[in-house]
Amino acid sequence: MPDPILKIIGLEKSFGALKATNGVTLDLYPGEIHALIGPNGAGKSTLIKQIVGEIRQDTGTIAFEGQSIDHLDAADRARIGLARTFQVSQVAPELSALKNVMLAVEAREGRVFRFFRPVNRDLGLTDAAMAFLYDAGLGERATVRAGDLSHGERRQLEFAIALAMKPKVFLMDEPMAGLSPDGSKRMTAFLDKLRATAPILLVEHDMEAVFALADRISVLVYGQVIATGTVAEIRANPEVRTAYLGDEAA
Amino acid sequence: MSRETILNLVVLAALFLVALAASLSGQPYLVTLATKATILGLAGIGLNLALGYGGLVSFGHAAFFGIGGYAAGILASAAQNYEPLMTWPVELPGTTSMPIIWLTAVIAAGLVALPIGALSLRTGGVHFIMITLAFAQMVYYFAISWPAYGGEDGLSIYVRNTLGTLDTMSPWTFFLISYALLLLVLGLVLMATRSRFGLALAMARQNPLRLTSMGVRPFNVRLTAFVLSAMAVGLAGALYADLNRFVSPTMLSWHLSGELIVFVILGGVGRPCGPLIGAALYVLLESELGRLTEYWQLPLGIILLLVVLFARGGVIGLVTGRRSHA
Repeated sequence: MPDPILKIIGLEKSFGALKATNGVTLDLYPGEIHALIGPNGAGKSTLIKQIVGEIRQDTGTIAFEGQSIDHLDAADRARIGLARTFQVSQVAPELSALKNVMLAVEAREGRVFRFFRPVNRDLGLTDAAMAFLYDAGLGERATVRAGDLSHGERRQLEFAIALAMKPKVFLMDEPMAGLSPDGSKRMTAFLDKLRATAPILLVEHDMEAVFALADRISVLVYGQVIATGTVAEIRANPEVRTAYLGDEAA
Repeated sequence: MSRETILNLVVLAALFLVALAASLSGQPYLVTLATKATILGLAGIGLNLALGYGGLVSFGHAAFFGIGGYAAGILASAAQNYEPLMTWPVELPGTTSMPIIWLTAVIAAGLVALPIGALSLRTGGVHFIMITLAFAQMVYYFAISWPAYGGEDGLSIYVRNTLGTLDTMSPWTFFLISYALLLLVLGLVLMATRSRFGLALAMARQNPLRLTSMGVRPFNVRLTAFVLSAMAVGLAGALYADLNRFVSPTMLSWHLSGELIVFVILGGVGRPCGPLIGAALYVLLESELGRLTEYWQLPLGIILLLVVLFARGGVIGLVTGRRSHA
């Protein structure tokens, strides 16, 4: 078995008296989709925020490719290869879809502080960004302002941006949220292919998608991982069934 | 060409033609007014880089305007009085050469903007507005309490500074100099906003969280915009000092910071030529209404209110029918 690309050890985070993350240990291996499930308020989003560096853990360590990244801020972590997609799509509403992706390309190239050449005439940049838009299925809508895109299209734009970062790990916060059943199916197929590009830590409520996609599932309840295993193991785990899955999975 | 581009060209041409007509028909006062609008427009265009494109509502840009003005005043008065600017560690003479003065003004404004921006940008929203105001007030009181350079009375420049063999005292020539610099800065700002940096600046304004998650710190992008913006305003300050042949702490006062913001809002936030239109309107109202009543700022206030309430894109938004900018 190869080494995990992302390893989280004994992570703890409190907000006042609330222990949002209470000793989480978790890892992500190359090529896999590791789903993180749990009831509302279990601390899933808080965990993602700690991994990307938006908030800092109180104790514990996050290691990426075998090295601690605890000292890195969010921008640094993005640059070394952690790409995040948000539960509520985060884009620049007044910029075209294409320009949103172009910025991701220039950020990855480390060439943001260039003041003279107009981006419109930078064919290397526009072509690269177009390719990522097509990969995310949004190529036809490149010139539309991001704010005028539909909810589902904005989600696709999020993915085009994430792809443009050429990350080593995807961290996805509920990519299915708000999508139609049809949209969820397409997203599931898209993520299924994406795992070959980079492993995915997937926070998701849509159980159908999770069971279809996940190589492993971890169940988070009250800030603690109560079980980690394959889909079959998690479905059979009595503790998980009482805590979370309820009768639905029985 | 978009309607906005056409409008921009019309405004730039109109400004030029007004000054030309005034010069040919022997009305130097009008040429000077056009020059004033040009220079204030240049300052507004500089502020717009931070305020319009970066979303950084700086209420302290008078500091950079004044620093540019004092750079011109101090260098010129040293040269005109045949006194060295400083004697230690090296003896440095003053100068009346405009290019050197401009360069000094731009660099000085940028150097002061760097720490002010670095500290102010740790805050946001109303706090940012107040802290930039506080820094500008510090510079203002520093100038007032520095008797070597005139203190409250300011500093006179006896003869306009020199640019090659040009007769800079001629209103038309000085207008042309100011106008050329306006075009230069406008071109540079346009270029910057359409560059890779411009994309990052737009993202820093619209969605800093996304910018961070792409691996770029919004702070660095904003600080760069703030400093570049201050440099343009510093250049305008140096020109303004030469226009009036006088520098005083008034150039550093918070009223001026407010006026610069008014130019931007009046013309259209984040519109390349917006501040020029705003400044021209302001100068026009000041001179025309100012002839009728000394309370000319009341109608100005009403106009500003109407623009903010009914024309959110400023005059440019009103004419082109587009409210937002990218």
